[in-house]
Amino acid sequence: MPTTLRINGTPHQVDLPGEVPLLWVLRDEIGLTGTKYGCGVAACGACTVHIDGEAVRSCQVALSDVWGEVTTIEGRGAPDAMAAVQQAWVDHQVAQCGYCQSGQIMQAASLLAENPTPSDADIDEAMQGNLCRCGTYPRIRAAVHTAARKLQEA
Amino acid sequence: MASIGKIARRSFLIGSAAIVGGVAFGSYYVSRPAPNPLTAGKGEAALNPFVLIDQQGVTLFAPRAEMGQGVKTSWAALIAEELDVDLDQVRVLHGPAAKAYYNSAFMTDALPGKGYDRGEISHAIGNALGHLGKVLNLHGTGGSTSMKDGFTRMRAAGASARETLKQAAAERLGVARSQLRTEHGTVIAPDGTKFAYAALAEAAAQLEPIEAELRPSSQWRLIGTSQPRVDMVSKATGTATFGIDVRLPGMKFAALRMNPAQGGGMSGFDATDALKMPGVERVVDMGSGIAVVASNTWLAMQAAEAVQIDWQAAPYPPETDQIFARIAEAFDDTPNSVLRDEGDADQLPPGATELEAEYQVPYLAHATMEPMNATALFEDGKLTVWCGNQMPGFTQMKCAAEAGLDAEQVDLHTTYLGGGFGRRVEFDYAVYATRLAKAMPGVPVQLTWSREEDMRHDMYRPGALARMRGAVKDGQAVLLDGKVAAASPVAQAMDRVAGLPAAGPDKVHVEGFFNTPYAIPNHRMAGHLSDVEVPVGFWRSVGNSFNAFFVESFIDEMAHAAQRDPLDFRLEMARREWEPAAAVLEAVREMSGWDSHPPAGTGRGVALCYSFGTPVAQVIEVAQQDGSIRMTRAWIAADLGRVIDPDNTRAQMFGAMAYGLSAACFGEITFADGAAEQGNFPDYDALRMHTMPAVQVQLLENQPRMGGAGEPGTPPAAPALANALFDLTGIRARRLPLMHDFDLLV
Repeated sequence: MPTTLRINGTPHQVDLPGEVPLLWVLRDEIGLTGTKYGCGVAACGACTVHIDGEAVRSCQVALSDVWGEVTTIEGRGAPDAMAAVQQAWVDHQVAQCGYCQSGQIMQAASLLAENPTPSDADIDEAMQGNLCRCGTYPRIRAAVHTAARKLQEA
Repeated sequence: MASIGKIARRSFLIGSAAIVGGVAFGSYYVSRPAPNPLTAGKGEAALNPFVLIDQQGVTLFAPRAEMGQGVKTSWAALIAEELDVDLDQVRVLHGPAAKAYYNSAFMTDALPGKGYDRGEISHAIGNALGHLGKVLNLHGTGGSTSMKDGFTRMRAAGASARETLKQAAAERLGVARSQLRTEHGTVIAPDGTKFAYAALAEAAAQLEPIEAELRPSSQWRLIGTSQPRVDMVSKATGTATFGIDVRLPGMKFAALRMNPAQGGGMSGFDATDALKMPGVERVVDMGSGIAVVASNTWLAMQAAEAVQIDWQAAPYPPETDQIFARIAEAFDDTPNSVLRDEGDADQLPPGATELEAEYQVPYLAHATMEPMNATALFEDGKLTVWCGNQMPGFTQMKCAAEAGLDAEQVDLHTTYLGGGFGRRVEFDYAVYATRLAKAMPGVPVQLTWSREEDMRHDMYRPGALARMRGAVKDGQAVLLDGKVAAASPVAQAMDRVAGLPAAGPDKVHVEGFFNTPYAIPNHRMAGHLSDVEVPVGFWRSVGNSFNAFFVESFIDEMAHAAQRDPLDFRLEMARREWEPAAAVLEAVREMSGWDSHPPAGTGRGVALCYSFGTPVAQVIEVAQQDGSIRMTRAWIAADLGRVIDPDNTRAQMFGAMAYGLSAACFGEITFADGAAEQGNFPDYDALRMHTMPAVQVQLLENQPRMGGAGEPGTPPAAPALANALFDLTGIRARRLPLMHDFDLLV
């Protein structure tokens, strides 16, 4: 039986078994490839999306369990209309290979929504589930602080 | 721009203007050009293999794998510098697999010698040898070579295109070319009239390419200045296409399950249950494993697990201890190389204190964030492959062989790489995808490895052993006698690529071992090769990754035996050997406040490694915090001779250090029953936000040659940390990963 998901403001009908993780619904069914597969066991954070604004690992959420509106990196902002957190990523030239950065940005956006002025310790706490094998952490930290400042000024 | 999709690799007219509506010239810089792979369409000019101009604008080709090192931007900047275009007004593409895109620096770095001692003649020979890369089809990215390779060639390509465009304008205006100038993608006439390059493309295409002098560095706009990366916005918005993101109409998704005893065969399999699972379309025999093709990657992965498979044993000993016992046997053989043999290492100098130590490091997975994957379509006797890869020429050749085609019948699209680190030098993932495509003609198939499949089927950084003997006297090192034993990535890769045995001294095996920039009067470093069959390959910084740990840990032991400050001890030896190495040590001494007394409860360690032409020194600080040990701060100094992009180079330095620290702290692949015991990040962790130290990077430009950027930050990381842990705890780390012997923050 088809399931209806609201993703980035648009409803999508999906005809897949209910146990298929949201990650693979997004990537292979809907074609939203900005959300990445890294581990499949919630150990790397590359698949982070928002459900009703909350950061979740989409590899661990079964299609039948999706409880609200899904926001992916594509819904966060587009190249010609980036969200503040994405702009901060560009300003600090954070990405190297870039593969983990969708998840990093979604996690950071969630942190900033909950805590508009995160300390370094807050950033450590919120971001430690997101792995980056290129080691971009110093710039992620700087970008989160910059995004926080920009959002405060806005 | 339609023709870019139809780029051909052969049937090209070198230096001819005969193609309707446009032309493509050979790259003049190499005396006998490889065919220009860019075929210009109507109204287009492919001025050389790196510059294509059409009615829409300028496209630059950066045929190097963008795996995070920023090469797409830096390479384009080299062309743009002379072409007088801005990076935000051009398109940058990777381009096809092509001989014209050979890497001239691969061969240069394979020359005998320590590297830092290379004279002008040897350097010139290296550059000449580099053109062998074209003959050998060495189109590829690795060995921290891109900027060394492209620095002159790409500026020349840009200058030639610029002057040819000016000539086209000169002929139109009836003025001398020398009266024209160029700026922001336009030719400007003496009266101020501007001609966009696109408007001159067709006319320029009718001209022979013009050689031009390269500008002096004083006139550079881009080189030496940090540029916004051309891939940054796409990577911040999820719109960058990695191999795993390729989507084609009618595409199927596949999962892989190969023998976990790597290299072992398969006696048979039963796919009955798997074929009944939802979304499953095919189960394909992969020889030593199976693949499932389905409507969704996850469904394919589930079904792959449901196939009953009868595996055969691995060709190597099944347990870790047995594997290392095999490696140790190599010490009994005649060394493959003794590339440093100075003084008399057999005789202990009178009055000297002798010390000995053995070290061991584990096998390591590359663990790129993007698991191995490739997409292939076999249709109408032609194969098209999409994947991130570091060696397009080899990948194309191997996929062609798998499909039973000639290389020219294979179109290879190189996407962004979600990490390479040397893993994507290999082509196994592309060959597997080809096999699936061939089994399903007309259907595009994307094969994605699970994380577990990726980690358990790697060409690992070799496990390695070292036996070190040294002597100190009057506060100085007077003898260093080292032996390293490991399997050879070069030998195995030669076999994988060409089925050829390796010959002669294996320099990669002992890089960072024999060519340490230290003067020690009695100094002998030997490399022993093991033939143990665990698959090994090129892991960021390759031999340096273990050799720097061996040498720089033991040098630290020698410094303490000599009752000397470890940084001073190194500095004296470096000053006598090669001044730029001493300068990076002095830089980290200054940055880290080495000479001030460290706070109680903290330790500091230093290490130096010269690799890929770049000396890098690092100081790492550790501290006892809440019952565990945390890396608090790190300082890096590197001398690249010439820095193309400072901001990006700093990122490479701290990123490469993080890669080395991740492995030093947590990385190991161990074996049970022939299978790798680690399969995913919970058992193969890396540094994370809270475990990454704060870091400062200083870039120097003292040395006369250009050094590499992508790898040299990795080798000093492990020994600098191990030496810091000794400073903090008094415990000497002689094996990795450090988590086994130290209570590290996780």
